Amino acid sequence: MHKNTKMIILLAILAVGLLTFYTLYGLNPDIYFYQMPSRLKRIVAIVIVAVAIAVSTVIFQTIVKNRILTPSIMGLDSVYTFIQTAIVFLAGVSSPLLLNSQYNYFLSMGVLVLFTLFVFKFLFKVTKNNIFLLLLIGIILGTFFGNLSTFMQILISPEDFSILQGTLFGSFNAIDESLLGITGIIVIVMLVFVFKDFHTLDVLSLGRDHALNLGINYDRKVSYLLIIVAILVSVSTALVGPIMFLGLLVVNLAHELLKTFRHSYLILGTALISIITLVIGQMVVQFVFGNNIELSVIINLVGGVYFIYLMLRRNRT
Amino acid sequence: MIQKLFRIDILIFLLIVLSIISMFVGVSQIHISDIFNLTENQMSILIHSRLPRTVSIIIAGASLAVCGLVMQQLTRNKFVSPTTAGTTEWAQLGILLGLIFFPALSMMGRLFFAVALALLGTMLFMSIITRIKFKDVIFVPLIGMMLGGVVASVSTFLALRADMLQAISGWMHGSFSTLISGKYEILYISIPLFIVVFLYASQFTVAGMGEDFSTNLGMNYKLIVNIGLFLTAAMTAIVVVSVGMLPFLGLIVPNIVSIFRGDHLKGTLTITAITGAIFVMICDILGRVVIAPYEISVGLMIATIGSAIFLILIFRRVKDA
Amino acid sequence: MISVKGITKKYGSKTVVDDVSIDIEKGKITSLIGPNGAGKSTVISMITRLLDKNSGEVLLEGDNIFTQPHGELAKKITILKQANHLELKITVRELISFGRFPYSKGRLTDEDEQIIDEAISYMGLKEFEERYIDELSGGQRQRAYIAMTIAQDTEYIFLDEPLNNLDMKHSVQIMQILRRLCRDKNKTIIIVIHDINFASCYSDNIVALKDGKIAISGTANEVITKEVLEGIYEMEINIESICGHRICFYFDGVIEGDSTELAANYLIGNA
Repeated sequence: MHKNTKMIILLAILAVGLLTFYTLYGLNPDIYFYQMPSRLKRIVAIVIVAVAIAVSTVIFQTIVKNRILTPSIMGLDSVYTFIQTAIVFLAGVSSPLLLNSQYNYFLSMGVLVLFTLFVFKFLFKVTKNNIFLLLLIGIILGTFFGNLSTFMQILISPEDFSILQGTLFGSFNAIDESLLGITGIIVIVMLVFVFKDFHTLDVLSLGRDHALNLGINYDRKVSYLLIIVAILVSVSTALVGPIMFLGLLVVNLAHELLKTFRHSYLILGTALISIITLVIGQMVVQFVFGNNIELSVIINLVGGVYFIYLMLRRNRT
Repeated sequence: MIQKLFRIDILIFLLIVLSIISMFVGVSQIHISDIFNLTENQMSILIHSRLPRTVSIIIAGASLAVCGLVMQQLTRNKFVSPTTAGTTEWAQLGILLGLIFFPALSMMGRLFFAVALALLGTMLFMSIITRIKFKDVIFVPLIGMMLGGVVASVSTFLALRADMLQAISGWMHGSFSTLISGKYEILYISIPLFIVVFLYASQFTVAGMGEDFSTNLGMNYKLIVNIGLFLTAAMTAIVVVSVGMLPFLGLIVPNIVSIFRGDHLKGTLTITAITGAIFVMICDILGRVVIAPYEISVGLMIATIGSAIFLILIFRRVKDA
Repeated sequence: MISVKGITKKYGSKTVVDDVSIDIEKGKITSLIGPNGAGKSTVISMITRLLDKNSGEVLLEGDNIFTQPHGELAKKITILKQANHLELKITVRELISFGRFPYSKGRLTDEDEQIIDEAISYMGLKEFEERYIDELSGGQRQRAYIAMTIAQDTEYIFLDEPLNNLDMKHSVQIMQILRRLCRDKNKTIIIVIHDINFASCYSDNIVALKDGKIAISGTANEVITKEVLEGIYEMEINIESICGHRICFYFDGVIEGDSTELAANYLIGNA
């Protein structure tokens, strides 16, 4: 218990330190007024996305009782790609749906929430609560949307494609500040809903039978939590684009550092690690690659390799 | 009823009929009654475009279906296939690496890279799933598809750095419309591989029973599994290099066949191969007809029809469970 | 008293549990026995709402169990299923504390802590309480789970094959604890059990299931008879009375010999 509290404090210090460092590093007095707001904006976005991804992945993994699955594998990135590609294909690159970030945000968010809820709610019944099956169906739908997108991408001109390509990857570089407010509010509201369920989540990690036995209305609770997961994943994807392996990476790091099942620690720790990861990623993108690569691509690369490492290490003990 | 029709002779007949249809469907109108008085131009289209297309459909469809069947036998899991084990993504990464290091790489060079990476990826997948204690029939392909996602994200990273994203995704999207003579011959390499699969068919079935079981029967388990992995990796890579990705094919065809014909590899191998060819042929013809004079790529047709069939297969399983 | 009235479970067209009715007597140990696939686990899973039933009802002191709020019911009945493998970093004490969740929803009061302490010492787990459960042996882990159900402080305790994978010493230990719970704390205990001799020695009432139906239900003495058991298990079973217990002999071919001597061997573990 003591050890975990210490670790949380350490992570918090590290996160704040990195955020400060990022804000101040290489500031140029001449363009200070331009640099400062843009960095602060990114920091706010990073914190929002980090918290949303961390909370949703922790809850999701508790429900599925599995640490190598994440809600975003069920085809969310393909659906996001599909939305953007379909806009370009059907309405052209000059369509307000693509250029106006608010339109694009609400359209993406709406479709993503609907898709996730469809997979969770409807398929939950059809698959008789078999969550693996549900994910597999999600992935199949994702593959289908992915092929549809690829088909359309081949048909559009290379110029249009390069514009489209810019929207397909998770990035903190071009964020409309008006969207930060609404996303922040949605994430905070979801957090409030989850907060009172921390102990319930502890019980849920014992599994369905134990949870029912201890007086939790399992099916209702799980579907309620899955709605929250769906909303959190969707808003963060709509804000910055898909970052598929972020959740997987940070939750597993949290389990390495915090040896506990308690969600109060787990969720807080994961959120902090998530912030740290995103800030480091953003610094690499900005200061090492000179903004020549997308953040999601780097995170997916690191997260993906870490996933393979986890799979190979698993059960050897 | 369908069970009775699922016979080799009937399937071969069906394949021949579809092949003839495939020869005469396309943008340039060639009617079958013109067959004895073709113009030079029509002749050239038939020989240099329609014939290669039809031949490659047959080989590609049969290859992937057989690959899926062998992988399912080796893993004892009906949901494992080149798509759900990430093999195709590895092959794609291989081609990409080849093109990055050697921009003027020939077809054979690409194939070499694709086979090497596909083999590496398939072996990685096998070593992961033997480590997992929890061998849920759905969990295993889930892992494979996540692995595919990881590899795809590596590919995306590299393609972005090399500014080849659109070129690569065009290259990878399964399509027969760009196959003209001179490019499809690479598919012929699959034919000797087919023969090897036939030779080892029953050993793969035994290997699928597990290491202890097959060693007990005096079999060199590791060798047989590695031969199986090499064959599937090579055949998958050949199709990816020449045609592109044909998702779910290796998964649904063997499942459909086993519903009607049962599970022993030797008896169903030929039927699976022919059914695979027929399935791809139907998808390709449909793709050419539906929005003529334009074409829906076979990759998209297979993804659409294939994912629908996959879902049906899964639900059948849920209902039986 | 719990009254089970005509519960039925179907998977597709297959009926696994067919119109089962049981009255569970308060303050007694009731065992569910029967061959593999008789539907024992399915029955107790349905009674404790872990599994949906197709028809029938379960009454707890006259009230329908399924319309009661989940949280309230968890203070009255508890069930421990047989498969309990957790990939959680959780200590014995933390696990047992979960038993108090129906009462304090995770914020433990002093009274909760006291009840947890009692459950720990009742199950003899004092020295393990800070150990992680994945470090325990099978018998210790089983005791930890039972301690959790004790901390839940319900009147009815359902256990699904609590002796699975335990050796004789630990099996006897668990059964003696259940006896004590029944006697000292007036708990009502319902167990699914495979070993008919354990059932015979430790239970007050026995319900025998066969092919999803009740074969017989009665006191231990009524059920542990040659005719009844041979009918249920479809094999030759002889019964001897030893030290006041009825012991079943079902080892083919051994029955002809001196069964008293064999019985003594059996009891001290040579058989």
